[in-house]
Amino acid sequence: MIEVLRAGALTTVQDQGRPGWAHLGVPRSGALDPAALRLANRLVGNPEHAAGLEITLTGCELRFTRAVTVALTGAEVDVLVERRPAETPPGGGPSVERRPGDTGRPLSLPAGATLRIGPARAGVRSWLAVSGGIAVEPVLGSRATDTLSGLGPPPLRDGARLPVGAPTGPPAPVDLTVAPAVPAGLRLALRPGPRQDWFTSAALDLLLRTAYAISPASNRVGARLAGAALPRAVAGELPSEGLVLGAVQVPPDGQPLIFLADHPTTGGYPVIGVVDDVTPLAQARPGTTVTFHGPQR
Amino acid sequence: MRIRPVGAHALLLDCDGPEQVEAWRAELWRRRAAGDLSAVEIVPAAATVLVDGVPDPAAAAARIAGWTPDGAVATTDAAEVRVPTVYDGADLPAVAEHWGVDVPAVVERLRRTEFRVAFCGFAPGFAYLTGLPAELAVPRLATPRTRVPAGSVALAGPYAGIYPTASPGGWLLVGRTDLVLFDVHADPPARLTPGTRVRLVDP
Repeated sequence: MIEVLRAGALTTVQDQGRPGWAHLGVPRSGALDPAALRLANRLVGNPEHAAGLEITLTGCELRFTRAVTVALTGAEVDVLVERRPAETPPGGGPSVERRPGDTGRPLSLPAGATLRIGPARAGVRSWLAVSGGIAVEPVLGSRATDTLSGLGPPPLRDGARLPVGAPTGPPAPVDLTVAPAVPAGLRLALRPGPRQDWFTSAALDLLLRTAYAISPASNRVGARLAGAALPRAVAGELPSEGLVLGAVQVPPDGQPLIFLADHPTTGGYPVIGVVDDVTPLAQARPGTTVTFHGPQR
Repeated sequence: MRIRPVGAHALLLDCDGPEQVEAWRAELWRRRAAGDLSAVEIVPAAATVLVDGVPDPAAAAARIAGWTPDGAVATTDAAEVRVPTVYDGADLPAVAEHWGVDVPAVVERLRRTEFRVAFCGFAPGFAYLTGLPAELAVPRLATPRTRVPAGSVALAGPYAGIYPTASPGGWLLVGRTDLVLFDVHADPPARLTPGTRVRLVDP
């Protein structure tokens, strides 16, 4: 069992999501960087599809009622493991043992230990795997919290308790994994279409040649961008059509938005292009510069 | 029908009208079940079918271009769901005004219409129902309601729809049903899946 001492700004249960239900209006959801969660799972000896926690920006504090192995991947954060000994040492002494922990490697925690994950020093999101996985009830094959539709468990709250499953394998014999540094700016490969013909020819040039900034209104549904407005050639509404991960949709104000894991299954604004790999956006803070290039480079 | 690439792993079939969408939706689901097409998602919408999670989209596009969907199969195979509906929606007078008839005539029209699930979207299990003629299309509310109760039967544009869960919404409310439209423990979880025929019957 995990006791949530401090949930932080937004901590959710995530796994590899629930693909295959889009035709019923069910979003894919899942970790914003699925590979980072898979790595954390491998480090603690879990299958890759096990559920962990996605922690946003401000960190969180968790107490584990039994001994577990945990691993943290993603943003640069400080980790502290606290343990209260069963008996007060003779003659007093410190009643709580504190030791710093590392990200990117398995950490063994005794029963009753508290894990304090600090605010992100760089990047935005961390993924915490726990040996045995977070064992909340799956919904349509996934334990992921979908912030758009509300499927899956609610975001963590202070005082909440989460079940943990039985470990299925030993932790990986890994001393340290090297986390990719969080870049100051992002350069994303973009494939034009399917609706670039709804925009003027200048629009795609603007998108490929000018810089955009990540807006503070970004979330798990989409990374909103601020920059040159993309002018439309066709006025009016596009009949709703299916959306993919990474679709760059342009609402009437002309400011593009890149769809992330909790994106709606259909949408009525034209998609000017699709980003090949959205995972770097999981670590992009508001103000981060984003530029796009065509797939040929 | 025109096939457009979407990113690195998807195709969008741009169709000529909702009948062609339904024919292609049924054809692609059938082809996937038969092993002729590998795709994670096949998502019909108003005028398109999205095929996502395709390992080799260029090769798949070439194969799809060679197929001819059998529209007749799509229309005769579908299951029918009868939705017990109480016609007491707050926007019935507004719909009557748009249609140029009185409220009982609106209700009679909705009772008699054979609807079909064109596609799902907006929320899990929210089905866009076609069946009303284009000239009876109605606009959305200028200011959406902050909360529309679950089970609300409503109209917008050329579509009818039923809210599976309470949510904000701008559709014109014509009635309500107690039928559960989305249940994660049911298979399939949505009561109204693409292609299903629907009748809004008296309870």
